[in-house]
Amino acid sequence: MAAGTTGEGTVAGARTHRVAHHFDNAEQQFESGKLGMWIFLATEILLFGGLFCAYAVYRSNHPEVFIYAHRFLDKTLGAINTAVLICSSFTMALAVRAAQLGRRRQLVGLLGATVALAACFLGIKGLEYEKKWKEGLLWGAHFHAKLAPAPPALPQTLPPVPAAAGEERSLIPPAAIGPAGLARPGQPAVAEGPEGPPHDVQVFFAVYFLMTGLHGVHVIIGMALLSWMMVRAGRGEFSPGYLTPVDLTGLYWHLVDLIWIFLFPLLYLIR
Amino acid sequence: MTGIESATGGFGSGGNALGRDNYLNHERGIKSWLLTRDHKRIGVMYLVVILSSFFLGGIFAELIRTKLLTPGNSALMKADTYNQMFTLHGAIMIFLFVIPGIPASLGNFVLPLMLGAKDVAFPRLNLASFYLWVGGATLALVSMVTGAVDTGWTFYTPYSTTTNTNVILMVAGVFVLGFSSIFTGLNFVVTIHKLRPAGMTWFRMPLFLWGIYGTAIIQIMATPVLGITLLLLIAERALGIGIFDPALGGDPVLFQHFFWFYSHPAVYIMILPAMGVISELVSVFSRKHIFGYTFIAMSSIAIAVLSFLVWGHHMFVAGQSTLSSMIFSFLTFMVAIPSAVKVFNWLATMYKGSIWLATPMLYVLSFLFLFGIGGLTGLFLGALAVDVHLHDTYFVVAHFHYVMFGGTVIAFLGGLHYWWPKMFGRMYSEFWGRIGALLVFVGFNTTFFTQFVMGSHGAPRRSYHYQPQFEAYHRLSTIGAYILGVGFVVIAVYLIHSLLRGRPAPANPWGGATLEWQASSPPPHDNFASTPAVGDPYDVEAWTWDGAVGGFVRRTPAEQPAGS
Repeated sequence: MAAGTTGEGTVAGARTHRVAHHFDNAEQQFESGKLGMWIFLATEILLFGGLFCAYAVYRSNHPEVFIYAHRFLDKTLGAINTAVLICSSFTMALAVRAAQLGRRRQLVGLLGATVALAACFLGIKGLEYEKKWKEGLLWGAHFHAKLAPAPPALPQTLPPVPAAAGEERSLIPPAAIGPAGLARPGQPAVAEGPEGPPHDVQVFFAVYFLMTGLHGVHVIIGMALLSWMMVRAGRGEFSPGYLTPVDLTGLYWHLVDLIWIFLFPLLYLIR
Repeated sequence: MTGIESATGGFGSGGNALGRDNYLNHERGIKSWLLTRDHKRIGVMYLVVILSSFFLGGIFAELIRTKLLTPGNSALMKADTYNQMFTLHGAIMIFLFVIPGIPASLGNFVLPLMLGAKDVAFPRLNLASFYLWVGGATLALVSMVTGAVDTGWTFYTPYSTTTNTNVILMVAGVFVLGFSSIFTGLNFVVTIHKLRPAGMTWFRMPLFLWGIYGTAIIQIMATPVLGITLLLLIAERALGIGIFDPALGGDPVLFQHFFWFYSHPAVYIMILPAMGVISELVSVFSRKHIFGYTFIAMSSIAIAVLSFLVWGHHMFVAGQSTLSSMIFSFLTFMVAIPSAVKVFNWLATMYKGSIWLATPMLYVLSFLFLFGIGGLTGLFLGALAVDVHLHDTYFVVAHFHYVMFGGTVIAFLGGLHYWWPKMFGRMYSEFWGRIGALLVFVGFNTTFFTQFVMGSHGAPRRSYHYQPQFEAYHRLSTIGAYILGVGFVVIAVYLIHSLLRGRPAPANPWGGATLEWQASSPPPHDNFASTPAVGDPYDVEAWTWDGAVGGFVRRTPAEQPAGS
């Protein structure tokens, strides 16, 4: 466990009243909890991994959509939210330190600050969602935004016909758009351009809402955990010898933060 | 060695604890079971619910086979019902029975005992996993009543996004079951890492634990991907998110990629613990040290790693590029290497051993035979050209039943018979045990070998109607299914009978050298009075039959163990 025991955490000499019957000592119990949490975080990353994978697939399938549609996201609000979450990670780290030093009131205060920052994040996210909702910039079937200006006639997305199409008949369609010289003249190369929006803009918003939505659910779960830790800390359940739950909640919170740090550039800062 | 001496010397019936304090009577009342954190009780509760699912899935299978006696319409069920039947048979058997089967029931019971530990690392999480299983199973069962799914257990889009059955509920159930699986795996990994006793290094662990460890790694790393896939499917159906819908710019084949990224490793979630069981049994019942311990252990890990790299072989005909298909085909062939390493090591263990044909060993022999066929036919399907012909035929059905049933279920039965005396403190009838094993073996081969032949002639799977030319095969297959059913009834009857009337079991009825046999049968609540001394887990020759005790006791290594 690389990030296992922190410097001043004197876990080995912990009080023993909380050691479950199947552990030899508090250190073994703490180490087990920590390993379990790291494994759980790995599963969380893999859960999001599916969405990152979907992002990669759709971005490579529809690059023009991602470039076009990401402009509808508010970079300023996204940047503020990133700063808010980084601050919340900082207060969380300080909270763990307060627990290690046995400063109960400081611990409660810092956990409270973390929850407040998380709520702030969700509030800003809510504003963004509301704007998207009003503009109809939604996912899949619900996308009904009027993208100005209207596309000129019908954007041609038919695959370009190879030059030799008349003679050679193949069941295999061309894999990609060939060099310009081979294509018949007179057809638009790609259906993207300043004149109109590309096809399937809703794909971007499906990915956007899925990724930020799942992240938002994790923020809410994190807020619940942090509040629970606040209550327990208020009751004085934690001491320098026993702070595993605070520590593990902290790990979870940092992961939630970290995922956002990946989401922000992937969705907001495409170009 | 205080544990074994007091167990065999101090008490009359060779370490049997039925009349004394044990985990079964340590606390009484239904609440003490439902809220228990004892891994043994949780294992037994898993056993009950998992066998119930197996029973339900088996009923569906018998109904399907009965319909297939005739090629045309059947009074037994309509075509739609048939679609629902095979979907439910698959979904129940896979998600409710085979995936949790060995790890959650036998694994939960045996793993801490094998480590000489008192419990798994997170007992409360263990109970939570059990209730997640129950919750997921309930959702799945409710979906059966409110509009049973007819998509096949794979929930392929666009079937699953357009059918009017209750896909969301079923998929939500599977999602919850996935969490149960993740938490069980997490628990086992931490337990094996942190609770091994002094002296038990990684390479002195029983091989069953290596199997469970490999399984747990796959459960942890693959199941979240299934989770997100199922969430996307739910979002697709409930919100029209469009991610798998080509009309909205989505890609239905992406679902197949996501699904098989989990579900192919899941195949190894099913088979790795089975291989672990076989590794234990083959040594004990050959009365000989396991051959090639390190190779068997590392091949479990090799299989776990390779399992993540072969999912594309499910999509050879789904528009995947030829290059990817070639790579996936090659990697699929690679899996045969660690699998064969295991089989050869088991055979080498048996070589010149004094093989004891007790019921568990009959299952080991069945396993070797059936898994051999199942594994080798997998290579047929992994070959690109052959797969085009065999894809979606009964050949595929026969192949995965040979691996899943002939492999996992047979090993599960072997393990169940092996640990049954430890779990419940009673012996079953050896005579009927052998009859049961024989019926299952004969019934299974009659059912599924026929399907290899039928499939290689092109009979498509999952179809309600079939060509009259396949009628003889289908009839034979159905007769086999009935024999199999009779076999399971026999097994159920004598196992239940043994619970009530069975001869009290000694601490070590088979002469195993792993630590669980040093606890009494059934074990006490805390498993061991003191952490038992760790030795070589395969030093079975040090244990010899003692008629006075009625079980095996540790003797000087010079004496030869007696067989049955």
